[in-house]
Amino acid sequence: MDNQMHFEYNVEGGNFTRAGYASSQIKKILKQLNVDIAIIKRTVVATYEAEVNVVAHAYSGTIYVDIDTEAVKIRLVDEGPGIPDIDQAMEEGYSTASSQVREMGFGAGMGLPNMKKNADKLEISSEVDKGTTVEITMFLNEKG
Amino acid sequence: MTVADVVKKLDLKVFSGEKGLDRQVTGGYVSDLLSDVMGNADSGQIWITLQTHKNVMAIASLKDLAAVILVTDHKPEANTAEQSNEEGIPVLGTSLDTFEITGKLYDLING
Ligand SMILES: Nc1ncnc2c1ncn2[C@@H]1O[C@H](COP(=O)(O)OP(=O)(O)OP(=O)(O)O)[C@@H](O)[C@H]1O
Ligand SMILES: [Mg+2]
Repeated sequence: MDNQMHFEYNVEGGNFTRAGYASSQIKKILKQLNVDIAIIKRTVVATYEAEVNVVAHAYSGTIYVDIDTEAVKIRLVDEGPGIPDIDQAMEEGYSTASSQVREMGFGAGMGLPNMKKNADKLEISSEVDKGTTVEITMFLNEKG
Repeated sequence: MTVADVVKKLDLKVFSGEKGLDRQVTGGYVSDLLSDVMGNADSGQIWITLQTHKNVMAIASLKDLAAVILVTDHKPEANTAEQSNEEGIPVLGTSLDTFEITGKLYDLING
C-alpha cells in the first residue's frame, strides 16, 4: 500500500435491492490489502449503516473512499431531506423510517449508534432540505 | 459443527447456497431487526429470522455468517436465493417458530 487509493460508488435512494453493494466492494478491497480483520469488521458495520441510511432516508448519494497507509476514510455525501437534529438522530431507537421500511426490519434507530460504536472517528454534517455528509475514519495502525 | 450437520440434526430445508453447507457454525443470532444483526451478530453464526428479502443476504455476507434459517415456512425471495447461491451462504427453512427452532439450535450448539 505505498500509494493512496481512491474509489467512488453511487447510491440510489429507495433502491433496497442494491443496498450494501458499495459496502461489500469496500470490504473486498480491504481484504485484498490485508487490513486487520477486526478493523475490516468494524469498517463494514459503519459503512453498511451509512450506505443504508442514504438508501432509506435520502434521494441519492456518492461514497468516496480514500485509503493510505494510515487510515481508511469513507465519506458519504447525499442529497436528501437532511437531519434537523443530529444529536436526536444519534439516540438509540430514534427513527423516522416509513412503515414500509420498518416492515423490512430497518428503522430500529440503531444505525447511527452502530456507526458511532464501530468507527474510530465519525463526523456528520447536515443541512435540512439539502443533504447529509457522513465521514467515517478508520485508523490502520495505532489509534491516532 | 458444519451447516450440513445442523441441517441434518434439525431437519431443515435447504433453499439455496448448497455450496456453503460445509461452513463452520460457531453459534447463533436471533433477530428480525437488521441493524441489530449488523451491530451484534458475529462471523460463523447462524441467523434465525422471518425476513426473506435480499438485504438479509447482504448482511449475512458482510458479517460472514454461516447460514440463515427462515422460520414458520417462510421462503426466500427469488433474488435472496440468487445471492445466497452466489455467496455460498445457505438459506435454510423450518416450519417451527422462532422460539422452537432457537431452542433446538441452542441445545445442539451448547448442549
Ligand atoms: N442520510 C440521512 N439523511 C436523512 N436523514 C437521516 C440520514 N441518516 C439518518 N437520518 C435520520 O436519522 C434517523 C436515525 O438513523 P439511524 O440509522 O440511527 O436509524 P434508522 O435508519 O431509522 O434505523 P436502522 O438504522 O436501525 O435501520 C433516521 O431515522 C433519519 O431520521
Ligand atoms: Mg439506519
